[in-house]
Amino acid sequence: MFLYLLRRFALAGLMLFGLVCLTFIIANIAPADPAALAAGPDAGRSQIEQARREYGLDKPLPEQFLRYVTDLAHGEFGRSVASGRSVGRDLARYFPATLELCLVAMTIGLIAGISLGMLSALFKDSWLDHITRIFAVSGIALPPFWFGLLLQLGFAVWLGWLPTSGRIGVSTEPPDPITGLLLVDSLLRGDGALFGQSLSHILLPAIVLSLPCLASILRVNRSEMVEALRADYITAARAHGVAPWRLVTVHALKNAMLPTLAIIGLRWGWMMSSTVLVETVFDWPGTGLYAVSSAIAGDFKPVMGVTLIVGLNFMLVNLVVDLLYGVLDPRLRDA
Amino acid sequence: MSLLDIQDYRLAFDTFDGTLHVLDGIDLSLEAGETLGIVGETGCGKSVLARSLLRLNPEPPARVVSGSILFEGEDVLHLPERAMRRLRGRRVAMVFQDPVSYLNPLLAIGTQMEDAIRGQESALGKSRRPRSAIRAQAAELLASVGLPEPQRLLASHPHQLSGGMRQRVLIAMALAGNPALLVADEPTTALDVTVQAQVLALIAGLVKERGLALMLISHDLGVVAASCARVAVMYAGTVVEEAPTAALLANPRHPYAQGLIAAVPDLDNPAHKPRGIPGSIPNLMTPPTGCRFNPRCTLATDICRSDKPMLRELAPAHRVACHHAQP
Repeated sequence: MFLYLLRRFALAGLMLFGLVCLTFIIANIAPADPAALAAGPDAGRSQIEQARREYGLDKPLPEQFLRYVTDLAHGEFGRSVASGRSVGRDLARYFPATLELCLVAMTIGLIAGISLGMLSALFKDSWLDHITRIFAVSGIALPPFWFGLLLQLGFAVWLGWLPTSGRIGVSTEPPDPITGLLLVDSLLRGDGALFGQSLSHILLPAIVLSLPCLASILRVNRSEMVEALRADYITAARAHGVAPWRLVTVHALKNAMLPTLAIIGLRWGWMMSSTVLVETVFDWPGTGLYAVSSAIAGDFKPVMGVTLIVGLNFMLVNLVVDLLYGVLDPRLRDA
Repeated sequence: MSLLDIQDYRLAFDTFDGTLHVLDGIDLSLEAGETLGIVGETGCGKSVLARSLLRLNPEPPARVVSGSILFEGEDVLHLPERAMRRLRGRRVAMVFQDPVSYLNPLLAIGTQMEDAIRGQESALGKSRRPRSAIRAQAAELLASVGLPEPQRLLASHPHQLSGGMRQRVLIAMALAGNPALLVADEPTTALDVTVQAQVLALIAGLVKERGLALMLISHDLGVVAASCARVAVMYAGTVVEEAPTAALLANPRHPYAQGLIAAVPDLDNPAHKPRGIPGSIPNLMTPPTGCRFNPRCTLATDICRSDKPMLRELAPAHRVACHHAQP
């Protein structure tokens, strides 16, 4: 187990280095000239050259890379050339919003995906199985912006149950961040009203974001459960008199969870990097919006920052997934 | 009343390609404390029959066509699932062929035993016992099948044990409910030869000690001869001959049983050449009419192709299903 962990951590370190290299290379081969952007639309050649020197863009690439890496090591993501703001400070504002959205979406995806997958495996080829199949296919196929608009129309405009957009009401003063996750912060402060408000705001975007993830967890969990329920050890456990509920939720589900776990890890990375459409529709101030608007402006430091932080998060989650494998599977622990 | 009484039991499997007539009118009975061996080739339906006793064949594809399986007077085929759960592990217990795939790879031995004991007790409506009491019972069971260090074993996982140990664990689990009937489905097939003998001796010892009835399923006549007082020979979903073990070995009446015994090499008499049975087992989707063995039988006549032979008692306790068998 120790060796297994060591290998996982070493791999994560390598991946991190690769990620840093990749963001640097992509930013440098992009056609836009950040110095021209920083100097403004009316700047002359000399002003652009001055901006280039100011941002250190006139140095040879290896030197620029070295500076980029040392800055990162100090937690410095550089400054946006368009706004002049520190990218690190921007990320501290936008990343928690995206993280919170993804956490809630993943929770929905996990609970609904695993339980529906389990049920449709248990009642294989019944009407329930067919309905979840249709649901899963549409979950992957529906464009999120369209589905988001539909939900807004239904639950916010017609029924008026939930707000259309934003993280909290426009008239509410956002609290000083502790973790930056509004749901957590409001609980830490014991502010029930704020908690309710943030929950009502996050519900619709989280549902939209969770759908594709829910669908793939459901399908994988279903087919793995079908296989597990047919396994010899389930027949034996039944013969030995193990209670049916326990048989399904522990004996079979634990085996079905191994492949499901892999999908969950992948889906998390996919989700973190695809929030932009949902954030646009629900006016959610997260990294997706931030990265896309910066990229359109040709402002590369924020894009590099977002890529790094999302990539880092994906790596951490996959490390956790690898650890969970070890927890679930005793054979891996002994290997 | 017999402990187990199977009457005219027919089972079919509905598959995409058609219906397999897997069991065709099985008649067998077993008294308390009696040992019965069931032999036959792979695919003759012996495992399906064993699983039927606990209704473990998934339905669909399995479908009961007719007949009854009376266990202690209750028809297992018509018991509701709830009542079935009172039987499983508690009255009828089962040991399986391959201890590798029949133990859950992700759960500790202790958890699997605990779940079995708890499940059986909750099916009987007993109140929940503390975990320590159940663990103690599980450790005792492991010790009773000759496993050392039962406490440590409870915490270990299947992949940490040898094949023989795993089979012992499965036997210990089968004994948890103190059953009246132990069904052993090829319990030694997947084991090394030396371990086979140990496991057979263990089963024989438990049967004697606890007064269990035993139904031992095997394709190995030697295994059955060593542990069972009575043998039933199955062919393509039918019982063709049933007799006390010694009588069957010495004087098989059914051509198929004769063929089986002739196919066993005789180590004391190297001049004896084992003979195979020509032909192969029939397709159960379109089984032969009349006697299912008739296409391979040297004695077959017209009646064998038209009428299904019934089991007839030709000598005391010696029943044969063959039109040509003489008393």
